[in-house]
Amino acid sequence: MMMNRRKFLQSTAAGAAAGLVSSSAFAAEEPINVAGIHDLSGGLDIYGKPMVDALTLAVEEANAAGGLLGRQIKLINYDPQSNMQLYTQFAQQAALKDKVAVVHGGITSASREVIRPVLDKFKTLYFYNTQYEGGVCDRDQFDTGVTPAQTVEKLVPYAMKKWGKKVYVIAADYNYGQITSQWVKKYVLENGGEVPSIDFFPLDVTNFGPTISKIQAAKPDFVWSALVGGAHISFYRQWAAAGMRKSIPMASTTFAVGNEHIVLSPEECDGMLVCYNYFQDLKNPVNETFVKSFHKRFGEDYPNITELAMGTYQGFRLWAEAVKKAGSVDRLKVIEALETGISIDAPSGKVTIDPPTHHCVLDVHIAEVADKKLKVLEDFAQQKPADTAAVCNLIKNPNDNQQYVIKI
Amino acid sequence: MDLVALLAIQVLYAVASLALISVGLAIIFGMMRVINLAHGEFLMLGGYAAIVATSHGVNLWIAMLVVAPIVVGLIGVVVERAIIRFLYGRMIDTMLATWGLSLFLVGLTTAIFGNTTVGISAPLGSFEIGTYRTSTYTLFVIAVAIVVLAAIFATLRWTRLGLIARGTMQNADMAAALGVNPPRVYAVTFGIGAALTGLAGAVLAPVSGVFPTIGVAYVAKSFITVIGGGAAILSGTVSASALFGAINQIATFVTTPVFGEVALLAAAIVLIRLLPQGITGRFFRRGL
Amino acid sequence: MNQRWLNILGLALVAVIGIAFMILTPRFAELDTVLELTVYMVMAVLALSLALIWGYGGILCFGQSAFFGLGAYAYAIAMFNIGESTVPVLLAIILPAAFAALLGYFMFYGRISDVYLGVITLTVTLILFNAINSTAGPEFHIGTARLGGFNGIPGIPPLNWPGDRTAAVDLEGMFYLAAGSVLVTYFGLRLLLASRFGRIIVGIRENERRAELLGYDPRAYKLATFTIGGALAGFAGCLFANWGSFVSPTIFGLSQSAQIIIWVIVGGRGTLIGPIVGCIGIQWLSTALGANQPTGTDWWAKIFANAPLILGVILIAFVLLVPKGLVPTLGDLGGWLLGLRGRRGAERERFEPEAAE
Repeated sequence: MMMNRRKFLQSTAAGAAAGLVSSSAFAAEEPINVAGIHDLSGGLDIYGKPMVDALTLAVEEANAAGGLLGRQIKLINYDPQSNMQLYTQFAQQAALKDKVAVVHGGITSASREVIRPVLDKFKTLYFYNTQYEGGVCDRDQFDTGVTPAQTVEKLVPYAMKKWGKKVYVIAADYNYGQITSQWVKKYVLENGGEVPSIDFFPLDVTNFGPTISKIQAAKPDFVWSALVGGAHISFYRQWAAAGMRKSIPMASTTFAVGNEHIVLSPEECDGMLVCYNYFQDLKNPVNETFVKSFHKRFGEDYPNITELAMGTYQGFRLWAEAVKKAGSVDRLKVIEALETGISIDAPSGKVTIDPPTHHCVLDVHIAEVADKKLKVLEDFAQQKPADTAAVCNLIKNPNDNQQYVIKI
Repeated sequence: MDLVALLAIQVLYAVASLALISVGLAIIFGMMRVINLAHGEFLMLGGYAAIVATSHGVNLWIAMLVVAPIVVGLIGVVVERAIIRFLYGRMIDTMLATWGLSLFLVGLTTAIFGNTTVGISAPLGSFEIGTYRTSTYTLFVIAVAIVVLAAIFATLRWTRLGLIARGTMQNADMAAALGVNPPRVYAVTFGIGAALTGLAGAVLAPVSGVFPTIGVAYVAKSFITVIGGGAAILSGTVSASALFGAINQIATFVTTPVFGEVALLAAAIVLIRLLPQGITGRFFRRGL
Repeated sequence: MNQRWLNILGLALVAVIGIAFMILTPRFAELDTVLELTVYMVMAVLALSLALIWGYGGILCFGQSAFFGLGAYAYAIAMFNIGESTVPVLLAIILPAAFAALLGYFMFYGRISDVYLGVITLTVTLILFNAINSTAGPEFHIGTARLGGFNGIPGIPPLNWPGDRTAAVDLEGMFYLAAGSVLVTYFGLRLLLASRFGRIIVGIRENERRAELLGYDPRAYKLATFTIGGALAGFAGCLFANWGSFVSPTIFGLSQSAQIIIWVIVGGRGTLIGPIVGCIGIQWLSTALGANQPTGTDWWAKIFANAPLILGVILIAFVLLVPKGLVPTLGDLGGWLLGLRGRRGAERERFEPEAAE
């Protein structure tokens, strides 16, 4: 009885999902299941929505081109509702019930560290596509987002040359903010500057009045922000409302990832410097085609294709490339194919897997916020994940499985 | 010295914003014993109402001070008629229903507006105190809080509506026997509470931004303020906001926002332990 | 047949169904179902802890998550430092119980009651949330365990059989343990409530003044109830930390603490089966809503992909249509059927003798 009902539910769910994902006829073979686990509701949905859209587009493009290995791809999207317990449950379901070939997902480092052990345990390949603090070393996992050595290292000297040597750092109070701010401090000191203070804010703080006074008292040359999430946007508002934007400029490793530059008015954030792998306005033919098809699929008025969306798109493409090379979706074969240093021509430029770290070698760009757009100022080709590389070598130690806290 | 003046303004601002976000809940809880867990979402809706109005060309001040309270007040009346009125005298059930309402409103606004909503920035610019700069809008928020509280005082003290409200609050059966229609009083009260909440949400929108899940940041704080204040709507809200707002802001300035928050919460526990009926259970008993 | 026999029959029915469920599930269900049911069982223990102190003790605790979280953190931290799970499990029960006793003493002997109790407990859990949430820096550690702040503590080692640290409890073992815990807790609480102590706490809930005039000290009885509830919630926390091998501060958060209350209201206050049913139902619902997200841009896809929207509508409808909670309403329905169909209904009604409130 139980089994019957389960089978029934599975088949109806599969039918419904297939109908939505792709209307083209199924190949005779079973489709390849791919899971996405991203927050679509709750506090983190501003990041999750563009990621799911990018993943959807990537899967649809692959299916339109005939699928992988002659099989269609079935995308199963889970919404953990910004709840860690559901992350665990959905990772278990994806691995055991859907028997997916790969899981793309996780937004915060917290959610990654929740699902990573689950997917390790059940031998399921895992792609984490978000920029993060670096240091994860796990043969079962690939990280397509940028890490501090790729972006902070470039942006710190650029901003210091432009504005001065005294840098006040404010950051979100969790792993990402704590570690990233240490990297910022390291590079500021290396470039002969000083950091009078690093302040941390829990993710739900909305009142920054006292902090703004403290920053004024410290009189820095510029402020470095590693603030995260919807509540922290109020810092930029209050900063501008206090008339500070014109006197003390700002650089950030997180701004615009959640479309902050669109939510805020130009008066509140123009002139801020950021550094990422992808900007929607990058001028290259691959990107122009990509943006066109993205807008065709999700509407011309789509606010902005974010860094995280591109990470997810590129993550899926890298995986698909490896599947083609391996001729199989088997986990180990795909890992081995990826470890040959698979490379794709992505909208952000050339993206290559770095075999020892399972991170990516990719282009980064410094851009300036200008009237709700991100204007690219300078390009840096093919940056290596040097931070993680200092501690992690999965070719030598394939059984390594941890997140290193990199000594700075 | 400049810093002290600046800090004083910020403490005042913290007190004012706490009073603003709590007063609507205080009216609803104080008069009707309804714990409105969707209170945070009413604030959020006030913000959205202001944003939508301004993006359709309405003047910012009218959008914040007129449109937002009217829209959220109407929503409040609808909610009262559709849900709350079946649940009077069942405090726990109103909690569950308004929790459901809160989830529903978050879901609905996400479906309508998406996650990326262009906000409104604070008008009025900034001014200098010695070497420090701060936002003029801060003063505006303080002024709005004072006006709102004064208006509530005047309404309760001198108008017929206020008299009826106070009577119903003290003894609904007796008021009904004297010809008052309690259901109507309740609907109006809930509407006014919601309208004030919408106003607060709109006034704070340029400071803290608007997104569907922002309500969570407010609901616990305003709930604690209302209970800490005790039964009297006005003096309770004012005294509790003054106490908690000052503690929170000073602790935040001296240490970190985390300790600011913890200091506020710890103060609330100590307060309720010492004065189990809230501040106005002991002091200002004859207050409104 | 008299009531006493019906009562025993009801209990026997629960026991048979419960034990059958516990033994048969891992044999016939697939592993992912077993894992999902495990976490439902863990949460059911948590629901029972609030069912006791609120449903029977009349103590509106808005911060049951505080004890749950403390249990989980105590287990995690002790486990990293000790490496053998006997002491950590005991700590995960004793520490929250001691904390509950302390907090209970502070509240009940201060004569705090009603909604004020709710606010204090809510505030306590929010303080814990804020405090733990701000421990992301490397300077925050207890022994070898880093507290981790917002990210929490991942990779918590699993339980082992007492004394033998190599014999880790596997996934199925975890299910047996969780399901067994629900059964033991359920019957333990039934026993407790049938005892003199149980009668007195229900008496206090019904009329505190009267109980006091009869010579019972309500403060002491409430304190004892609260402490037992804290211990149970702590134990549930320990199981939770084992199930997912992680613990993070959201365990103390507002939505977690509200959820526990919702389980109890939905299932029915003043029953024990009700909160279990409510807990499993609500959890299943939010899981089902989050799974298989449609990806279209049509309006209906947006609505169905929107978990909070649907959950919200269901909760509101529930309060309006099933105000007493699921199990008492079914009980009433059974009572109604009793008039038409005789004994079958009687059994159902007597399923939960304390249901009427």
